[in-house]
Amino acid sequence: MNTKCDKCDQPAEVHEIDVEAGRDVHLCREHAVEAGFQVPQSAPVTELLTQFATMPPPGEKPTPRRAERPTACEHCGATFARFRKTGLLGCPDCYESFARQLEAVIARSQNGANAHVGRVPDRSSDLVDLQALRRSLIEELDRAVASEQYERAADLRDRLNTLTADEARG
Amino acid sequence: MNLKQTGPWIEHSGPDADVVVSSRARLARNLTGLPFVNQASDTQRREILQLVRSLPFASERGEGLVWIDLQQSTSEDRRLLFERHLVSRQFIESVSPRAVAIADDEQLSVMVNEEDHLRMQVLLPGLELEEAWRRAVEFDRRLEKHADIAVHPRWGYLTACPTNVGTAIRFSVMLHLPGLRLTNELERLRRASNDLDLAVRGFYGEGSDSSGDFYQVSNQLTLGVSETDLLATFVGEVVPRIVAYERMARDILVERSATLLEDRVHRALGTLRSARLLGIEESMKHLSRVRLGIALGLLPDVPLGTVQRLFLEVQPAHLRRIRPDSIDDTALEPVGEDRMLDDERTRRRRAALVRHELGG
Ligand SMILES: [Zn+2]
Ligand SMILES: [Zn+2]
Repeated sequence: MNTKCDKCDQPAEVHEIDVEAGRDVHLCREHAVEAGFQVPQSAPVTELLTQFATMPPPGEKPTPRRAERPTACEHCGATFARFRKTGLLGCPDCYESFARQLEAVIARSQNGANAHVGRVPDRSSDLVDLQALRRSLIEELDRAVASEQYERAADLRDRLNTLTADEARG
Repeated sequence: MNLKQTGPWIEHSGPDADVVVSSRARLARNLTGLPFVNQASDTQRREILQLVRSLPFASERGEGLVWIDLQQSTSEDRRLLFERHLVSRQFIESVSPRAVAIADDEQLSVMVNEEDHLRMQVLLPGLELEEAWRRAVEFDRRLEKHADIAVHPRWGYLTACPTNVGTAIRFSVMLHLPGLRLTNELERLRRASNDLDLAVRGFYGEGSDSSGDFYQVSNQLTLGVSETDLLATFVGEVVPRIVAYERMARDILVERSATLLEDRVHRALGTLRSARLLGIEESMKHLSRVRLGIALGLLPDVPLGTVQRLFLEVQPAHLRRIRPDSIDDTALEPVGEDRMLDDERTRRRRAALVRHELGG
């Protein structure tokens, strides 16, 4: 089925029902993003190839080529064979020592994801985050007082005070 | 060990308490320059304990953390920690150097030397995942100021098991789902959750996994999704949908078989109020029905908080801690860690406690 986008000649990737208008909507990726639809990210081809390459062909036993690979992590001595058995790595550096093998393992267990998104320890961003936290605490305090949740309000006030002391210390 | 009789917040019920028992955010963190716990020698494990213990993060909310060395505690105390959801089963069954630091209100705790160097959790009553997350991050920031945490530019926070790598966070909610079980909808919930990369587990202390109709729903993925996106999905979509689903199942039960339902609820309360011997399984089953009865407004004179506390107090280690004089005077055998004694004296004491608390 090759439905075209309602707004251009590209093939439509998003097919939704517009409840208000009571009709079907077909949009290409670009126009779907523009209209505010969640468009599933397709995995980049290179990533799929990596996964494919590390997967044993169906019906064949995987042929270990351990001789070419580092047999043990030079920082902690843990081997990849041990990881296969226990599911646990030996140290943070194992992620480098077994980088190639782990890439496929991680992609498989994490639905194909191949990089971290989210928090990282960054001391320089602390101040910014503290300010955001302060704002949300104040908002919540207001709500607690408005709804007469005094215990909660006192609790929030304590945390604001702690936060202030922290900021003063830098 | 100076843990209180029951958790200080166990009787509080938070938002959506008819279905959501508690919310938890758990973070895994590892220190740089040391092997993960599974590859560390006992000397290194003690070194990790020392290091963590010396960190000044104990100032969370201006209060100290109580430090409990598991090697120096009794098996009964360890079990108590487990029943209180402050440590994992794996943690109490291990024998190596390990400790748990617990905030005074027991809402925040840190396992040291479990699978990762640090596993910290914030556990709050009701649906309060956002608050749990905020407190966890607040604590994490303190930790990062004083310790070097293992992070990788591509993989994020590094964990012993690569399935936790990235944000290394688990959000979970403990749900009471008797409606879905009674209407045989649990399998559908499981399948739907699986499609959303969520894990559903039967959950509560001892007894067959779901004897109290408690289920824990948690995220499976930790990589490629930011904490805030994950939280938004959980709080904005997943949990409200399951809560609505459970409430719908309860409505259907009331609509189609009100008398049968009332009969079950009142029989359960009757049993709890009059039994002379109570096994753990049947206690959980009847308490679950009473909890459902309260949520449906069938038992206006039974406080939810009392029932919530009983779910905890009927567990073996807690049962042995109950003020024995107020219940009965039989001394009980010490409790094993992985084995649960449910002999006649134990069942008698459990029945006495439940009768006492529910006014039988
Ligand atoms: Zn288009
Ligand atoms: Zn290593």
